[in-house]
Amino acid sequence: MTAVAENKPAYEGKALDLSGKSGSRAFKNTLATVLIGLAFVLAMIPLVWILFTVISKGYHLLLSADWWSQSQRGITVRREGGGAYHAIMGTLIMSLITAVIAVPIAVLGAVYLVEYGKGTRAARAVSFMIDILTGVPSIVAALFVYAVWITIFGFNRVGFAVSLSLVLLMLPVVLRSTEEMLKLVPDELREASYALGVPKWKTIMKVVVPTAFGGIVTGVMLGLARVMGETAPLLILVGYSKNINLNPFNGFMGALPTMINQDRTELALQPAADRVWAAALTLILLVLVLNVLARLIARFSSIKSK
Amino acid sequence: MAKRIEVSGLNVYYGDFKAVEDVSMTVEPRSVTAFIGPSGCGKSTFLRTLNRMHEVIPGARVEGKVLLDQQDLYASGIDPVAVRRVVGMVFQRPNPFPTMSIFDNVASGLKLNGVKDRKKLTEVVERSLHGANLWNEVKDRLDKPGAGLSGGQQQRLCIARAIAVEPEVILMDEPCSALDPISTLAIEDLIEKLKDQFTVVIVTHNMQQAARVSDQTAFFNLAATGKPGRLIEMAPTKQIFSNPTEKATEDYITGRFG
Repeated sequence: MTAVAENKPAYEGKALDLSGKSGSRAFKNTLATVLIGLAFVLAMIPLVWILFTVISKGYHLLLSADWWSQSQRGITVRREGGGAYHAIMGTLIMSLITAVIAVPIAVLGAVYLVEYGKGTRAARAVSFMIDILTGVPSIVAALFVYAVWITIFGFNRVGFAVSLSLVLLMLPVVLRSTEEMLKLVPDELREASYALGVPKWKTIMKVVVPTAFGGIVTGVMLGLARVMGETAPLLILVGYSKNINLNPFNGFMGALPTMINQDRTELALQPAADRVWAAALTLILLVLVLNVLARLIARFSSIKSK
Repeated sequence: MAKRIEVSGLNVYYGDFKAVEDVSMTVEPRSVTAFIGPSGCGKSTFLRTLNRMHEVIPGARVEGKVLLDQQDLYASGIDPVAVRRVVGMVFQRPNPFPTMSIFDNVASGLKLNGVKDRKKLTEVVERSLHGANLWNEVKDRLDKPGAGLSGGQQQRLCIARAIAVEPEVILMDEPCSALDPISTLAIEDLIEKLKDQFTVVIVTHNMQQAARVSDQTAFFNLAATGKPGRLIEMAPTKQIFSNPTEKATEDYITGRFG
């Protein structure tokens, strides 16, 4: 008892200091916060700058109905007027064909890599090829298709050939993102399905892919956004037409990137410059609209948590 | 319903690694059999061989016999998918399908196997949810997502999903380890009820739980890390917990272990 009484004052003397904040830790904390904030601002500057410039210089042409319904037929760089309908349709048609070909191959390929081929030599080989394909520049993809489509088979330069080369560019993007999404689906869900006596293919179709659906759609959109802006395949494989051509198997076709390229050489002339900005803004809007659509689709069909 | 399981001379491998060695046992129909033992002793691995779930893992294989009413589950020509329709499973962590409503989760086993008859599905869902003691809690929100339920409710949802396909045997792999005591109690009550209809095999780390719910208890142990797990002793639960034959069993259940 006496020992305790003697010890007590000594203990109280060393009261716990919980006020914390040592000078150096507070400084590091502030420094990190500032650096992160700065990095964010730096990343935002070019984005906001581009958006602001494109919108301010391009919006007024988009306000006219002609822009959405007319082509550039018979309109020279010096003249105002006409629209981007031919280019919008061309971009949409070629991207759509690309997606129709690339998405099933990419999704099924990812399903193979994650669900069937895991760890096998074939899967590793495919995975390696996809990595290489991701790094292929668009002009290489375009020249490859040129060699096959035009040099070997002797076909003409048409929109479909562009789609083929865009497939090469879209495939790895969608496959990789789908693969990542499928990997995120917990094995417990697969096992739960197997334990109910559901065969593997049905488990994949009805449990695994629906669970990853939102992510897969996002990947498809990223891939589409990438290919919609590609220019080299258009220049090499289809050429530019100012007329409306909705047939991807015959004749030159307009597209937004090549429309920008067409008027780019005459930027000193106001009508041409206006069209360049407006076409650029239209392309951005197109990607935006597709993104919003994709998010809506994903929201209505993916994981319900509440 | 409910069938006897007879296992003889079962060895389980992951690749070259022998995880479980020479297990022989009989699981009685319409009873609860508990597997206890330290972590890594192979009780979960062994459980997963009873519905051929083990072989889902690449490189995993099994030697020996598992007879379900005289039918060897590992005989050639046996379809693992068909086996799993007869031997259902409930997992450690509740795993309702996140894209499906409560109704669809319970109906998933039937739906995914091609049953479309809405009336039959409604009937099965209601019966299974009653069977899993969950009906009263979810009857007004069957169209809400299954992932929105509490952990304990999710686990009972998974049990409802398992019994909806009317299996003979239900395997449970530590079904309460992620749940709070009240939810655990609800599951234990449910297990008591399930054995009227099904053969239940449960893996648990909780010895009180084994003592409360099971009729038979099997104790697994391993000689050392890296050595295969073995079945040390299997006996009526009362006997295991009051008068075990093996010294290792006694040490384990009294907490003098290692």
